[in-house]
Amino acid sequence: MRLRVDPEKCQGHARCFALAPELFEVDDYGMSSVRGDGTVPVALEQRARLAIENCPEFAVEEIID
Amino acid sequence: MARTAPVTDWSLDFDVLDPQYVADPFGIWDELREKCPIAHTDRRGSTWLPTRYEDVTAIAHDIDHFSSLEVAVIPFDGEEPEDPVLPYGLPPISADPPLHTWTRRLLLPWFSHQRVDGYEAMTRELCASLIDGFIAAGRADAAVDYAQQIPVRVIAHILGVSDTHADTFTLWVRDVLEFADDPERRVRGVEGLINYFLAEIANRRDQPGDDLLSMLLHSEVDGSPVEESVVLGTAALVLIAGVDTTWSAIGSSLWHLATHSDDRKRLLEDPEVMPFAIEELLRAYSPVTMARLVTKDVEYGHCPMMAGDKILMNFPAANRDPEAFDDADKVVLDRAVNRHVAFGSGIHRCAGSNLARMELRVALEEWLHRVPEFHLDESQDVTWAGGQVRGPRILPVVFS
Repeated sequence: MRLRVDPEKCQGHARCFALAPELFEVDDYGMSSVRGDGTVPVALEQRARLAIENCPEFAVEEIID
Repeated sequence: MARTAPVTDWSLDFDVLDPQYVADPFGIWDELREKCPIAHTDRRGSTWLPTRYEDVTAIAHDIDHFSSLEVAVIPFDGEEPEDPVLPYGLPPISADPPLHTWTRRLLLPWFSHQRVDGYEAMTRELCASLIDGFIAAGRADAAVDYAQQIPVRVIAHILGVSDTHADTFTLWVRDVLEFADDPERRVRGVEGLINYFLAEIANRRDQPGDDLLSMLLHSEVDGSPVEESVVLGTAALVLIAGVDTTWSAIGSSLWHLATHSDDRKRLLEDPEVMPFAIEELLRAYSPVTMARLVTKDVEYGHCPMMAGDKILMNFPAANRDPEAFDDADKVVLDRAVNRHVAFGSGIHRCAGSNLARMELRVALEEWLHRVPEFHLDESQDVTWAGGQVRGPRILPVVFS
């Protein structure tokens, strides 16, 4: 599983960071991005889904290859 | 139609200050979503009230048609001065890009996760000392003695102003937000805030501190200092937006726990639910409605919206929309899918949302730690404020 945060959609609600700080980082202006290349360790897949399903801007997406 | 006349038709003549709406708007929203999802009124000018999640978030994102130049839910009913002290209002909340963009960037770092972590210890101490003041009595007004006292002091700390004026700040903020329909109170609140911050700004011109107000005053944007009217408006915004709102969220959450003992017990037994519970309480009892100004005629959702009309951004109703949330009318403390918009949607997402969440969590944790068992005092009435910000203003509870 791999994630991305759409920078055009993110408005800094920081729900993803609160739910899965291992997977996301937030800058000084609140904008989120994925750590590394967005690959989710299997143990964190449930957290990743929560991050997707709690973003009010629909900015957190799973990358489907 | 007099603005205070009772409402008989919520679709065509709603009034957000109607006592029924203030006390219990949920059934009204449910009915409107079914038969007229964007209601209209001519009270206080032509105004639209969307109630569906999809509409509220779509309008919030369409800044081309829906401007933030007028965000007050209850417009000022007195005479506007010809030469206003705050020509830009309270940026960034009352601004569109580009003013919105750079004023917001000045504020955001002060409310980042890292900064907010730094405010947690003082918030916790404050909550504990408030509880010290009433715990022996076995009862308290959870709104007046507790919720109302917390955010104003945290915000004063961040701004760098003395919290000895906390009660006066609270009075002014309520004048501006809750009693906006009363021109005398509105003017008292606005003038009080302006004169206070003008004096604080003068103090910091020569002797800056490490506080938010000093930073605003000594910032440069594109090589020029920030205009004093922008500093003043932004500082006043931080106080206005940071007081009533979070206080209402804390109060509504305590009201819920006082009236739902199963949820109260669950939080005591399973503290891991708390992060989800905070979001769920914010969803179910979202305090804040903002307004937008229609800038050009547009038809939206079969509604002919005309330039100059207002839209009430009904985030609280959006968060109760069954199309967007399963069991939307139930508080499900561990709700897993929760894209609530209690802090708004789009470019005006509440700049203080990290702070508000921390304050709400710490206030509930400290309360439950010291007062694990409590219920409403049935001998007294709970009162609610509404309009721009909804929350309990008198909330008598008894500890058991």
